[in-house]
Amino acid sequence: MRADRRTFLKVAGLTLLGLGMRPAVNAFAGGAPRTALLPAGVSSPTVASAPQIATPLVGSRWAMVVDVSKWAMDAKDCIEACNREHNIPQFKDPKEEIKWIWDETFDKVFADDTNQYMSADLKEMHLPVLCNHCDNPPCVRVCPTRATWKDESNGIVMMDMHRCIGCRFCVAACPYGSRSFNWKDPRLGLDMEHLSSSFPTRTRGVVEKCTFCYERLAKGLMPACVEASKNRALIFGDMGDPNSEVRRLVESHYTLVRKPNLGTRPQVYYIIS
Amino acid sequence: MTILEKAFIGGRRYWGWIAFLVAIIAVAGVLYLWQLSYGLAITGMSRDVTWGFYIAQMTFLVGVAASAVMVVGPYYLHHYKTFGRITILGEFLAVAAVTMCVLFVVVDLGQPSRALNVILYFNPSSIMFYDFLVLSGYLLLNLVIGWFVLSAEAKSTTPPSWVRPLIYLSIPWAISIHTVTAFLYAGLPGRELWLTAIMAPRFLASAFASGPSLLIILALIVRRFTRFDPGVQAIQKLASIVTYAMLANLFFVAMEFFTAFYSQIPGHMNGLSYLFFGLEGHSRLTPWMWTSMGLAVVALALLGVPATRKNEGIVGMAAAAIFIAAWIDKGIGLVVGGFIPNPLDEITEYSPTAPEVGITLGVYALGFLILTVLYRIATAVKEEVEVGSRSQLERIGG
Amino acid sequence: MYDANKIVPGLIVFLAFLTFPMWYDQATGQAANVPNPQIVTQETQCVEPKEVMRAAHMEMLNSWRDQTVREGTRVFQTTDGREYYKSLSDTCLNCHSNKTQFCDQCHNYAGVQPVCWDCHIAPKENE
Repeated sequence: MRADRRTFLKVAGLTLLGLGMRPAVNAFAGGAPRTALLPAGVSSPTVASAPQIATPLVGSRWAMVVDVSKWAMDAKDCIEACNREHNIPQFKDPKEEIKWIWDETFDKVFADDTNQYMSADLKEMHLPVLCNHCDNPPCVRVCPTRATWKDESNGIVMMDMHRCIGCRFCVAACPYGSRSFNWKDPRLGLDMEHLSSSFPTRTRGVVEKCTFCYERLAKGLMPACVEASKNRALIFGDMGDPNSEVRRLVESHYTLVRKPNLGTRPQVYYIIS
Repeated sequence: MTILEKAFIGGRRYWGWIAFLVAIIAVAGVLYLWQLSYGLAITGMSRDVTWGFYIAQMTFLVGVAASAVMVVGPYYLHHYKTFGRITILGEFLAVAAVTMCVLFVVVDLGQPSRALNVILYFNPSSIMFYDFLVLSGYLLLNLVIGWFVLSAEAKSTTPPSWVRPLIYLSIPWAISIHTVTAFLYAGLPGRELWLTAIMAPRFLASAFASGPSLLIILALIVRRFTRFDPGVQAIQKLASIVTYAMLANLFFVAMEFFTAFYSQIPGHMNGLSYLFFGLEGHSRLTPWMWTSMGLAVVALALLGVPATRKNEGIVGMAAAAIFIAAWIDKGIGLVVGGFIPNPLDEITEYSPTAPEVGITLGVYALGFLILTVLYRIATAVKEEVEVGSRSQLERIGG
Repeated sequence: MYDANKIVPGLIVFLAFLTFPMWYDQATGQAANVPNPQIVTQETQCVEPKEVMRAAHMEMLNSWRDQTVREGTRVFQTTDGREYYKSLSDTCLNCHSNKTQFCDQCHNYAGVQPVCWDCHIAPKENE
């Protein structure tokens, strides 16, 4: 290497410049670098008002039984309870609707069980429609990020709004139309003064649906719609428990599930009477 | 990469065209920023019709991309010399088409900043994961193959030996990208229009009609604006491929009609009824579907009759008609039709909104920009090499 | 140097742009707005010591998020045995209910905009 004076001066100058970078940056950044590790044991007085940790409700296969004959009385309360609890936006345009549980007529929900001479009363009977939390859910199969998955410990088809990329493959895959997508900011359809603080809102670009109130079950509470169902149109319980009410109801009554021929094994059972 | 510099050499028409495309892209960019901040509500999609124009374009363009195999296969596998000058145009068209596919998926996502979750938290049972893999792979394959074969030609030498296995790989890979895309639709239990075993074969037939049609049109444009001529024979052969592929496609559509209407099962009939005859008073798409059928039949007649097929002007128009027919069939009819009626037998119709169309045009413009640049490079190289280098091409193909 | 009268001013302008973040706040006096987070709760202890929270609260919230939503383990135990739910809204914001005077103080200074607030509801504050 040719080391003449000029080259030496150039290299020395650059070196000094480089060495001076860090102190210069620190001077502008201000303050000493932060320590990032936790100190060993911190002594503290115990704090009196830590919140109550409740005992969760536990079930191996959560399911719902609908007593259709009582639904008309409870419909409004149940739907409003869910909407309120979860800050579900109310948009007038049906294209943008978000609905987790809602009301439909028998001939739409059970089109394959409708015949032409059936009474109008039966055809127009109102029933609730929600996510069926299928045992073999196509929506879980298609999700590319596992933003929706089946919790094998309790049977709920869960939704992680943090991970969802909004591709809507699950919406296309669901044979029941149970899923809604946030086409715009849901807060535009909410009364921001009267929000429920127990559940976040969502943001535009993610899919949402009924999650059997997993966050309430974890705190020992029944799902909001079930709690609001004063006439017991909605009965919730552990289908995996042979002595549970839902299990006994399904074993002792003829119940319909939606589109059984698709093999999804839905876990919302309708007692038609 | 010396051949890249050829993209910067061009006359006023070249740069004018590029400026035009960039202007469209800029406007679409602004519209997309609006979509990012407001949400996908600016499109015409709804709770019921949850995939619309964007995904329809993606579905259609996957077919166009796959059709490169229709020139690469015969040339490299079967030494069909006629396609010697057109393979690079097919490969570069595939690159532009797959890029547009990926872009259409991105503009359709509700949370595009989280797109990498597909890789970070992949789900091996999700067809979308595999679609992402095969599309990315196909893009890389065609880019690498096209680039290295063309570079070698520019230097009057043969491409590196590892290019050949990649070329062979790209042939089944092309079939796979479209089969996997068809699987996105064909495995969903709730959408009866799509739940058919011939979805993938239909996709492939329609792809092999639409892609080579576009290739014919592009070849004619290349011949008109550059000194590179892909060859009369090649265009005639492509016309044959288009004819048979479109015949197969129409045959498949007829098969769908038979199964649906002879069985009289409402679930099978509803989708086709909505598209072709209207359902419960809703018939927004019927004029489109019949136009598509009409264009296809007329084009097939023109391409089938030897007297008209020999006329390249007519071939160009027939190719355009087939391309449009396939675009309507797959782009608009198939994707939107699958959501009508919805799982509760209700009908919500769909039309794209102006911003949606604007963003779509922007993505197309970006694809055409890539296509223009790549074709510029390809034709510049070919023009230089043309003089006395026919044996060179034969060596590469043999 | 050819064109020195163009190049040297150009270089100076370029360096000014390059070092903009370093000198702008000092020059305009905004560097004096040091963040001043206010604690409004009567509690004396957070779930973790202050130094840990300062450095790692985002990591902690991310792991809380996955554990609560995806794994169902939603009870957190501090090093000294207190139990809390792993929840931004129920636990953190229960004490730190003044977002503008606490969370935003440092976030604004550092120029970060956490997306959490898109969904998680900040408690109403009295202005």
